[in-house]
Amino acid sequence: MSEPIIKIEHVSKEYRLGTIGGGTLKGDLQSLIARMRGQEDPNSLLGSAPVTGANDRFLALDDVSFDVYPGEAVGVIGRNGAGKSTLLKLLSRVTAPSKGRISFDGRIASMLEVGTGFHPELTGRENVYMNGAILGMTKAEIDRKFDQIVEFAEMEKFIDTPVKRYSSGMYVKLAFSVAAHLDSEIMIMDEVLAVGDAKFQKKCLGKMGDESTKAGRTILYVSHNMNTVRQLCTRCVVLSHGRLIFDGDVEKAISIYLDEAKNPLTLDHDFTAQPSPSHVTGLVKMMGTELLELTSPQISMRDTLKFRLTWKTDLTDREFFIRVLFVTDTEAPCGMAMSPALSYTPGAINQTDFELDTSTLAPGEYHPQIVFCEMDSHGQQTLHDAVPSALTFEILYDEQKLNHLVWNKWWGPIYHHPVKVLNQETLA
Amino acid sequence: MEKHVYQTVVEPRNGWFDFHLKEVWRYRDLVMLFVKRDFVSQYKQTILGPAWAVIQPFFTTIMFSFIFGSLAGLSADGVPSFIFYLSGTVLWTYFANCMTTTANTFVANSNILGKVYFPRLVMPISVVLSKLIAFLIQYAFLLIFVVIYTVTDSGVHPNLFILMTPVLVLQLAMLGLGCGIIVSAVTTKYRDLAMLVVFGSQLWMYATPIAYDMSIIPAHLVSLYMLNPVTPIVILFRYAYLGIGTIQWGYYALSWVVTLLILLLGIMLFSRVEKTFMDTV
Repeated sequence: MSEPIIKIEHVSKEYRLGTIGGGTLKGDLQSLIARMRGQEDPNSLLGSAPVTGANDRFLALDDVSFDVYPGEAVGVIGRNGAGKSTLLKLLSRVTAPSKGRISFDGRIASMLEVGTGFHPELTGRENVYMNGAILGMTKAEIDRKFDQIVEFAEMEKFIDTPVKRYSSGMYVKLAFSVAAHLDSEIMIMDEVLAVGDAKFQKKCLGKMGDESTKAGRTILYVSHNMNTVRQLCTRCVVLSHGRLIFDGDVEKAISIYLDEAKNPLTLDHDFTAQPSPSHVTGLVKMMGTELLELTSPQISMRDTLKFRLTWKTDLTDREFFIRVLFVTDTEAPCGMAMSPALSYTPGAINQTDFELDTSTLAPGEYHPQIVFCEMDSHGQQTLHDAVPSALTFEILYDEQKLNHLVWNKWWGPIYHHPVKVLNQETLA
Repeated sequence: MEKHVYQTVVEPRNGWFDFHLKEVWRYRDLVMLFVKRDFVSQYKQTILGPAWAVIQPFFTTIMFSFIFGSLAGLSADGVPSFIFYLSGTVLWTYFANCMTTTANTFVANSNILGKVYFPRLVMPISVVLSKLIAFLIQYAFLLIFVVIYTVTDSGVHPNLFILMTPVLVLQLAMLGLGCGIIVSAVTTKYRDLAMLVVFGSQLWMYATPIAYDMSIIPAHLVSLYMLNPVTPIVILFRYAYLGIGTIQWGYYALSWVVTLLILLLGIMLFSRVEKTFMDTV
């Protein structure tokens, strides 16, 4: 086999937690002067280890090594926080590893976030040039590809309009199109396909597949969507807590990932230690859930599920409600249910009991996300808290209800209500 | 077996002298696009457009003329105080703008820098170039007054040293870039300096003969005063356009030495932090 195009050797990336560098120049100067005079650092805690103790450091990647050969499409999968994004950041040279070495040939086009450098005041055309140049293309190269880029994005009509007037879908299409037309030997993608409409997503996946198989480009793809990983990748690496735990066959990697990602099914969940995600206000804190009237987190088909949510807020007189986003064990989203407005006591711990209609869910495991929202008098929604896998339960297979059929995974996760027979006539 | 040599190798740290200047050159189109973006986006949807560039130095000059010229009665070395202060302000504005904006580049552009790689030096270089456009507008504004005052015979005597203008501007740009990237390299860790740079540049202005003439500096302090690399540039510039003051070439050479040292130190510090600053910003 030929030489690997990317060689990742014993790469570690360490982040310091908390304040960086002790905070101010004064503090660091004090420490420095004290060290020079051979005295004890005045800023270290008495009798403690030096300030750079091991416990305020965090290894996002821990001694990861693997090679990628030209023309491969490698999927990088792992749970949130496993180090995938860090790995891609290192590869795209946004930051450098703390230890180890990464070597590669050719250019890397990274699509960590499409549309980087788009300026709202500039027109689509100007932004294509801007974005292309940021990704490493020269003006001449962009000139040559310009028509292709615009055509792929289906944006011929709007190319001379400032992008601030674009819809978010148009914005993403154009941005993706620029990145996809970069003449680079290696492409890095981080869930870019999670945006845009379904048709465009399909087009993008097709384009990526072509690039890899026909044009011989090397692709590194990070996603939580196992279907796209299956479609696109020829090999997979699985990361877990910063370590490489598997490297090889796609199906095997996916099953290892799913086993690892699976939440143990439990009746109650405690979120008090979980930080709120960055896209919510955090003004409401969901503290935990508990499944009611059950001895194990399993229900049979066509049943309903009762659960209790414990939450707290200091906001008064708001119209709160929750959204439950059903997610299967293969991370496929499958529907959403909303609650009516909740009554509550501000400042106190509130317990609200809900009943969830799970009668249309097919047999299998689910771990819905709960999103805590507010609707203001203008109909504007604000997200206050969101917890993934806020509930976990299994819908048990019931052979009677399915007429002895085994649920086929290709049918999807929804078991619709039976087809009604309205009328039957016998024709001559 | 022959060992394969990779085109790009990413290791934890750059050496002190890995500047990647060749790579910066490869990204020259990006530099120009950043310049264009800055310029276009700055003046879009304003009525006066690029005329804003002259409004600030114009009013600063009027303020100086009033406070230092009329109230404090400082000497303008025999030329009308307006042109005296304007010449200084235009130069100083360019230098200070380069320095303060460059000092901010990492923090202000962290959204772009956190997502894609390009040689980090592209950013400050494009700042210096885009500020050059504003400078040229102000410079044209200054030239108009130089011509008016020359024609009306008000003691303004432009001479052939005008030909040194590109060299002076280049030196100012290098100095502004150097100081700015030193600050930007250090501010990735210590935000204190970001606070310092704005009012620091004001203090620095008063240590430079912008709002007053060299004649008020006591003779025994002159050699110390001349360590400020901007001073000889301002003196030479005023000599060229207004025909006042005296040029001391020794001090001018010293100013180049200081400029180059600051720029070298700046680039060294910058390339040390550029790889990992995203983790600390």
